[in-house]
Amino acid sequence: MEMTDKRTITVSVNGTKHTKEVPVRITLADFIRYELGLTGTHLGCEHGVCGACTILLDGRSARSCLMLAVQADGHEVLTVEGIAPGPDALHPLQEAFRDNHGLQCGFCTPGMLTTLLEFLGDNPDPTEQEVRVAISGNLCRCTGYQGIVLAALDAAKRMKAGRA
Amino acid sequence: MAPTGPSLIGRRMIRVEDGPLLRGRGRFIDDLDIPGALHVAFLRSPVAHGRLKDIDASAAKALPGVHAVLSFADLRPVLTGDRIPQALPSGAIRFDVDPIVLAKDEVTYVGEPVAMVVADSRRVAEDALALIALDLDELPAVTDPVAGLEYGAPKARLDCPDNLVARQSIDYGDIDGAFAKAAHRIKARFRLHKGGGHSIETRGIAVRIDPVDDTLTIHANTQLPHRAKQILVAALGIGEQRIRVVAPDTGGGFGPKAAFHPEELALPAAALLLRRPLKWIEDRRENFVAAVGERDQDWDMEMAVDAGGRMLGLRGRLCHDHGSCTPYGVALAYNAGTNVIGPYVLPTYRLDINWCLTNFVPCAPTRGAGRPQGMYVMERLLDAVAETVGIARDEVRRRNMIQPTQMPYATPIKQRDGSTMTYDSGDYPECQRRALEAGGWADFPARQAAARKAGRYIGLGLANYVEATGRGPFESAGLRVGASGKIVITTGASAQGQGTKSMLVQLACDVLGVAPESIEVIAGDTAGIALGFGAFASRQAVTAGNAVHQAAIAVREKAIQTAAEMMEASAEDLELKDGAVQVKGVPHMKRTLAQIAHAIAGVPGFALPGGVTPGLAASIDFPAPALTYCNGTHICEAEADPETGMVRLLRYIVVHDSGRIINPMIVDGQVTGAVAHGIGATLYEWMRFDSQGQPQTVTYGDYILPSSDTVPPIEVIHMESPTPLNPLGVKGAAESGTIAAPAAIVSAVEDALHSFGVRIRNLPLTPERLLASIQAAG
Repeated sequence: MEMTDKRTITVSVNGTKHTKEVPVRITLADFIRYELGLTGTHLGCEHGVCGACTILLDGRSARSCLMLAVQADGHEVLTVEGIAPGPDALHPLQEAFRDNHGLQCGFCTPGMLTTLLEFLGDNPDPTEQEVRVAISGNLCRCTGYQGIVLAALDAAKRMKAGRA
Repeated sequence: MAPTGPSLIGRRMIRVEDGPLLRGRGRFIDDLDIPGALHVAFLRSPVAHGRLKDIDASAAKALPGVHAVLSFADLRPVLTGDRIPQALPSGAIRFDVDPIVLAKDEVTYVGEPVAMVVADSRRVAEDALALIALDLDELPAVTDPVAGLEYGAPKARLDCPDNLVARQSIDYGDIDGAFAKAAHRIKARFRLHKGGGHSIETRGIAVRIDPVDDTLTIHANTQLPHRAKQILVAALGIGEQRIRVVAPDTGGGFGPKAAFHPEELALPAAALLLRRPLKWIEDRRENFVAAVGERDQDWDMEMAVDAGGRMLGLRGRLCHDHGSCTPYGVALAYNAGTNVIGPYVLPTYRLDINWCLTNFVPCAPTRGAGRPQGMYVMERLLDAVAETVGIARDEVRRRNMIQPTQMPYATPIKQRDGSTMTYDSGDYPECQRRALEAGGWADFPARQAAARKAGRYIGLGLANYVEATGRGPFESAGLRVGASGKIVITTGASAQGQGTKSMLVQLACDVLGVAPESIEVIAGDTAGIALGFGAFASRQAVTAGNAVHQAAIAVREKAIQTAAEMMEASAEDLELKDGAVQVKGVPHMKRTLAQIAHAIAGVPGFALPGGVTPGLAASIDFPAPALTYCNGTHICEAEADPETGMVRLLRYIVVHDSGRIINPMIVDGQVTGAVAHGIGATLYEWMRFDSQGQPQTVTYGDYILPSSDTVPPIEVIHMESPTPLNPLGVKGAAESGTIAAPAAIVSAVEDALHSFGVRIRNLPLTPERLLASIQAAG
């Protein structure tokens, strides 16, 4: 296979179906950012450690820098742009980040949000230690993680109240 | 006139930056869609030192999609000189070794840019890199700063007579007399490594060339846009009005984004040559090898104390690994050397600092800027004094501490500009007392004994610090109310995530009584304001904060004066409330800021009301001639495993005094983030090279950053000793958390393993090193 080979793929991103011809060698992250223009998904290391590029693939967290775009063919992707319920409202997780100073520069934030969205779905009532383990694969250089952990615990409460 | 309503200063307010960032709508450098941009990739030196004989780019140029392959010779015609002019003078510098845009005839570190490929996409540009042939003669490399200063060492640069690029002494008091009368002398040698900045966003530059206006716009995630512009004007030799540098949302700075890197000149120069917009986004491997950061310092020290553990003198040598050139002056080792004295009375001191050129990427400050190393040396020596004299670690500090009655305290140290290093305010003993109380210092021996019975080794560590903050000479701010009522603040300050815009908005709202939504802040744009500096030295709340606050006060006074004319009322009867000047107690009798701004924007042929000057605006360049010193105490509880050498942090307490606090939420975030950076520097982060100067740790699998499961909960307690040096009484806060962390953590580990008699000197403290210390002690 040549590096310049192309394939046509269909990926649903944040509920919208996109059919595009893409070079086979581009990553899912590059597809999301440069082909679809959804630049909220960030690239921090491009080797799968920092977690900034984390998206949800069929509801499960995945490093979009370690996947090829063609591997997402036929799948559903959720990026940070798809988390808020609407243009004027934030998801309780986003509100909790804002209210608990869970972000500073905001560069790792998209990956933190997607990772925690999956985690809080699986574990709606986590302990602090469980939160710390859940985001231990997402690097943040600004916060010392404290605001993020507080935000996640606060979000769990808000989301629980929302369901009640 | 005093502000109406309760002050917003000191209040926890949510940040104005957060909304777009939480939605994925930030505008970081790689998010900017530059129409028609070509993409750049850099060919970098594969060796630490070598003579560059030839670059054969013929195959690369032939690759479809490649527009150009440029070397030094190609760029030189659009440059005013061979080297990038830096303007950070120091009498300590022996040889000027300004960086170079692309290697000319010598490569001096692995990662040094040698050539640049310009192509349709980054992918194609990287494909082309592999097709370029370099003809290099490898030369011996200097890979250790101490060895590099020995007689017969190879030269790190062929254009310098030796490797001693700078030298300086800090010297005061009768040091020989002090050592002659000492009851105890304590010698220790420290090899201190500190790693890189590692902002999660790497560096990036996009250059737009406008053929209609004949201007060059440089979008770069720099901490210092105005300095970058100044360098570009000098290096490209084109008029100031033709160059604009603007920093978009920036994903962390931490120091490296303050230095001007070769790529920041290479892209604008290439854009001028090719007449095309260009974009380069650093990848993480490039960030490891080519972004400046800190590295090694070797301290060989001896302390003299009296029988009661009071310091009489400190002397020694500091050898600093400078890297292969000077991108950011020589402040790093000097900061380390002057910060040694910390919150203590040190009667005599002599430190000889030698900066050694090495074949590594140049060193420049990361968060803390040398101060953590200086503070570490002092604090480790004080622990050793306590042990030698037979007193407690907190007591030895108490006996040596500067007392609040001594404030302002003039140290005997002369600074770069010849002034005396003077601590302005603070209560250091009270700060330590509160930290000991919060950390359970008095009860700890019992807890430690109980843990020991259960087979666990826990320890409590203590360290103090001071930090010089708010470096001048000034910062700029403009505040203007538009005819729409919208308020625009422009400033030379820049923002990388510190909440700078929120801080400035909070201060303006406090004075003007408007909602945060009605204010927009333009920070980090040379088109916004003519002069300015940006983010370094924990300075922006002090300098830009006071500038905006004073500008807001001037605008308020002008609004009231103008409204008084418009309403034919007396200014004393008016107040500014909810975005309008109103008659006190009669809210419907008012003029909105928009109406006032509109009135003094002027109408041709009509005089302005009451003869006021045009525009509801003010500009302030706030001068900060003296530094203001924040301080604090860290207490760390750690557990060490003598079988594996692993260290786990259990608790972390910071008592912190950065003067009057504007927004405690933001200050907490700065402190906890900085502590995490210090934890990384102490236990995890180590940029390793082999003996040939080849980097060994260029992924986050090999270079370990602190993570959410290794950083413990951090408890921050505030003291507020307002500084008399600025009207707001604020001091800087952003770097201070890093400064005491290494000393506090290592103190805790030594305490945990006290029964082994472990002595820890070097950083970082890896499990292998801790095991070796245990074996050495045994």
